[in-house]
Amino acid sequence: MKKLNIKKLSTHLVLITSAFLFALPFIWMILTSFKPADEIFSKEFSLFPQDWAIIENYTAAFTKVDLVGFLYNGLVVVIVIFIIQMLFSIPAAYAIAKLKFKGSKIFFTMILFSLLIPQFVFAIPVYFELHMVDMLDTYTSLVFPWTISVFSIFLIRQFFMTIPDDLLHAARIDGMNEFTIAWKVMLPTAIPAIIACGIVSVVTHWNDYFWPLIAISNDALYTPPLGVTYFKNEVSGTDYGPLMAASTIIVIPLVIAFLAAQEKFMKGLSSQAGMK
Amino acid sequence: MQLLGKESTEIKMLKNRKLSQSFLGYLFVAPSFVLMMLIIILPTILIVVLSFTDWSFGDPEFAFIGFENYFTLLEDDVFRTSFNNTIYFMFLVLPISIILGLAMAILINNITKGAKIYRAVFFLPVMASTVAMGIVWEFMLHPTIGLSAHFFGLFGFNNIDLLQNSSTALITIAVLTVWQFAGFNMILFLSGLANIPKDLYDAAEIDGAKSFFSKFWLVTWPMLGPITLFVSIYTLVRAFQVFDYIHVLTKGGPNHSTELLSYTLYIEGFEYFRAGYASAIAVVFLLLTLSITLLKTYYFEKKVHYR
Repeated sequence: MKKLNIKKLSTHLVLITSAFLFALPFIWMILTSFKPADEIFSKEFSLFPQDWAIIENYTAAFTKVDLVGFLYNGLVVVIVIFIIQMLFSIPAAYAIAKLKFKGSKIFFTMILFSLLIPQFVFAIPVYFELHMVDMLDTYTSLVFPWTISVFSIFLIRQFFMTIPDDLLHAARIDGMNEFTIAWKVMLPTAIPAIIACGIVSVVTHWNDYFWPLIAISNDALYTPPLGVTYFKNEVSGTDYGPLMAASTIIVIPLVIAFLAAQEKFMKGLSSQAGMK
Repeated sequence: MQLLGKESTEIKMLKNRKLSQSFLGYLFVAPSFVLMMLIIILPTILIVVLSFTDWSFGDPEFAFIGFENYFTLLEDDVFRTSFNNTIYFMFLVLPISIILGLAMAILINNITKGAKIYRAVFFLPVMASTVAMGIVWEFMLHPTIGLSAHFFGLFGFNNIDLLQNSSTALITIAVLTVWQFAGFNMILFLSGLANIPKDLYDAAEIDGAKSFFSKFWLVTWPMLGPITLFVSIYTLVRAFQVFDYIHVLTKGGPNHSTELLSYTLYIEGFEYFRAGYASAIAVVFLLLTLSITLLKTYYFEKKVHYR
């Protein structure tokens, strides 16, 4: 019994130490966003603020650039992207998992292949496509390249595969049409996968930097990451207090959203484990 | 008579069913298919075609120049550095983030109290904006006022700038990348561990595998085979795409020591607008990703014990 406790204790010790190291940048970011400039630039080390400058730093972050506008752009972009992705991915996933039609295998192979293609590969042609239709520097250009999510189709398909065919046959014999089956039978089972896709999608596109960097030049359309580099390069410079405040503001919403959906996310991803 | 009639309507119904199934199949797949063509497949073909041209963004015309771009790449010192850096970076990030993710998953799997909290903390870097955290890291590693400066100061070292030193910059970027990736790998491994039946461990114990390590090699590692393959391919594809830290922290410097293919492609394509040349880099990039992925899949297919 005693041996067991020592084992557990050392496990916790290792975990606490590594958790502290992993969280250190967040702790440092938040604490710095509370500190006045002279304390930040002081040669002496202090973890906690001696004087508090929360209001000054956060006011600066919100007033020197249009941070609210950037957050709004980010919110619009991630919501629109996610809705479109699901609208297209769920039926496609259902079709390749459960409907028999010629070419479904080829389509699935294309999806697996697309999973491996990095965004840098198609950035130049997609940039060109958008340029041709004069759509660069619009919300559309921020959303368009992400309207297809092969990852979502793949993950949701994995979920649909677990539903026994007999259940669908029974539903068909009962006179349900394919739309009703998709809506009433398939969709509810895929909810964990959809939540997992949602988290991955929202996190990816809220944080995406490369694509907005090349597609957007109008600062009214900046997403949060573009906004925070703009703030750093053009406004605050080495004024770290407000800069850390701005970073905190764009990081925190996702952290809270994840903590709320953590269990469901785990459940959604766990279908991956059975993957062959 | 009646029986026959009934049968034929049933066959008709089945036929209709089949017809409607394939009709619906196409209907459901069509939008995704069109978008996948427009956004992924055609652009991938287009990039190969473009790589044989001298096209620049904005130019009204272009000429086919054969393999010219690829020959130029071979002689381009920046590209060669960038290529080597990418491979080196890969070898740093891939094993460390996988081992770390697996270790965290196993430790967390062994405890009950606080498991959720640890899991959430390790997952924090996965969710946080790389740009925002890049700025935080830059500040933490600041040579005079950063957290690292206070730490190095304890040992009497002053003015150490890990990001501006060409022998440490890429390793530093790799550490940040591992910090960011490990939590995601941990989550995937945790879901893999949850699916291992407990009786396998009991059976292994009866067979004489008493220690942690013998159980690990006998049960855990083989059972995690498929998930390990998935984790390594996923990590690989993402590690190839590391760009934000480079753009925010080092701009490929000092002395091109942090120049990765993704960044070189960005500079050539979107700063110099040399679309043809950047396309050639993209093709190399694509071939590298695909070949390593296929190699890994092949290697694992032979070694992994599938259920």
